Amino acid sequence: MEARSLTLGAEESAWQRLKEAADRRPALAAAIVLGVIVVVMVASKGLHDVAQTGLTGLSLGAIYALGAVGLTLVYGILKLVNFAHGDFLTFGAYMAYVVNVTWGMPLVLGIFFAMAMTAMLGVLFEKVMWGPMRARRAGLLQLLLMSIGLAFLIRAFIQYVWSTEIRFLDVNVIETVEVFGLRIGRTSLVILVVGIVLIAAIGLMLRYTLLGKQMRALSDNLELAETSGIDTSRVILYTWLFAGALAGLAGVMAAATTELRPELGFELLLPIFAAVILGGIGDAFGALAGGLVLGLIIEWSTMFIEARWKVSIGFVALIIVLIVRPQGIFGRAREI
Amino acid sequence: MDPLPVAITFDFLTSVNFWTSVGVLAATYALVALGLQLNVGFTGIVNFGAAGFMAVGAYTMAILTIDTDISFWLSLPLSILVTMAFGLIVGLPSLRLRTDYLAIATIAFAEIIRLIAQNARELTGGNQGLFCSDDQSKCFDDTWLDVSDRIEGWLVDLGWSDPEILFPLLLVAWALVLIVTLGLLFVQRSPWGRVLRAVREDEDAARALGKNAVAYKLQSLVISAAIAAIAGWILALNLATVHPIDFEPLVTFFAYGVLVLGGLANYWGVLVGSVIFWTLLEATRFIDVFEDQSDQTALRLAIVGLVLILLMAFRPQGMFGKREEMVLGD
Repeated sequence: MEARSLTLGAEESAWQRLKEAADRRPALAAAIVLGVIVVVMVASKGLHDVAQTGLTGLSLGAIYALGAVGLTLVYGILKLVNFAHGDFLTFGAYMAYVVNVTWGMPLVLGIFFAMAMTAMLGVLFEKVMWGPMRARRAGLLQLLLMSIGLAFLIRAFIQYVWSTEIRFLDVNVIETVEVFGLRIGRTSLVILVVGIVLIAAIGLMLRYTLLGKQMRALSDNLELAETSGIDTSRVILYTWLFAGALAGLAGVMAAATTELRPELGFELLLPIFAAVILGGIGDAFGALAGGLVLGLIIEWSTMFIEARWKVSIGFVALIIVLIVRPQGIFGRAREI
Repeated sequence: MDPLPVAITFDFLTSVNFWTSVGVLAATYALVALGLQLNVGFTGIVNFGAAGFMAVGAYTMAILTIDTDISFWLSLPLSILVTMAFGLIVGLPSLRLRTDYLAIATIAFAEIIRLIAQNARELTGGNQGLFCSDDQSKCFDDTWLDVSDRIEGWLVDLGWSDPEILFPLLLVAWALVLIVTLGLLFVQRSPWGRVLRAVREDEDAARALGKNAVAYKLQSLVISAAIAAIAGWILALNLATVHPIDFEPLVTFFAYGVLVLGGLANYWGVLVGSVIFWTLLEATRFIDVFEDQSDQTALRLAIVGLVLILLMAFRPQGMFGKREEMVLGD
């Protein structure tokens, strides 16, 4: 009896120690969990399948990550749960369509145009809506409902100009290439490479440049950043440019692999929110990693359940994270 | 671009058909918004899962009447119970979360419910929707149509020779709206309602007085789920089918439009708000400026978008809300 309770106590403290260790190094703990999952999947489904779905997952995840990093920064800095962010993606996709299809120019130009226009859109609404509302100390629900209204306005504009007809960018979606015995669409591969390179670049920019550090400082604590002499209104403007440009890019990437519809961005919004929450709200690195992890989870799930359920897997992951670790898988326990 | 041919006539404002369809839609959304009023206006919980609860109510009612021997009448209370159970499932894990997390969590739950409706084809008919059993022998609205015919008979007896086909639904829907409104007003005046307000104003203070704040929030959410289920029936009977597309997050957002138009923390305001909201939206059908259907839905979206933005910017308390009772979150 005595001995049993002793061992139980020991087990408990080991568990406790493990939890504390995981809390100290959340990124490492998450990486270990992911590693274990990969090993188990490779053991049960074989390396080829895991790598194949993983590749698809990363190219999906890159889109989520690029959408999520802007959303999380706007969320963290402005305390704005921006439901219009998904429609920023749609807007970007249609801007690329104008250049690529209507004007018949190369998609690369379309991408730059989309990024520029969506960035401008972000700044425009900051100037006419969000800035003045912040000055009036509008509450969270007020801003949230306004962003839903804005989402409707953007979608109405797109639907009025381009109708609900399904459209496609001028890209080759049929041709596939083989890399190490894995098949991937040529467009998906380009998106994957561009996405990963950009995610790394954004990570470095946030880590090492002054602007990146300022953005993260604002996202962490606006008042503190302000008192330490950061020009907050300038950083807020750059954040909108940054968030808009990346949303535009993510929209083009999503449209290049699927199709253009006015609902394109709204349907991506909830998975992007899931990536934001997975990474911890306001945490830009977390959002990048959260997007990639979410893409992987969704595609890996197709090895075990029918593919038509894969969209729900993203939401289930979102809810599990909200219940178990609302601060995000990479975040430290803080006031939630 | 050619100049816009302005061809708006206001004849529709005297058409019984127009007001009947406005009335049924307004009653449906008034019910949803009444539930949201209880949550957002009086408890301070931002529930974005209303469309999901409507779906559970409508699907349970339809599945029970089509696939089992349970009668339509029994399926109604059962579907409310099932929806309340879903309210518990959604509320238990998520009600401890901060406002913004709660909004996203509830919308995610609602989307999971819709995706289940779309993908669990054996149970829900998937994208075909639910209407009748496979051999067409039994449809979920058989009993309702009998009732509807009887009400139509009474209307004829009263001297209306050719009643609108949806008029009986309009009467029943608004009767339900009135019952729910009076019920909510009653509980709001009770000690229970006062605790809800206390939780909204200051959760920590309510807890310090020994009130279990999470339990009260949970009760508030479960009741609003039950009301959403009733709205789900009316939607189903109105459309004569139960289909996943009718339970998109858009439905919840529109209900929020109704809620903030009427004003927070005022039940009667919601009813007025709903009628005005749907009069505006349905009137878009009579504007001949546009060439096709998608332009009309675009106009509807733009109207709702503008209503939300302008209200939140200039009159966040809506038409009849009390500014000092608004919970805006911080």
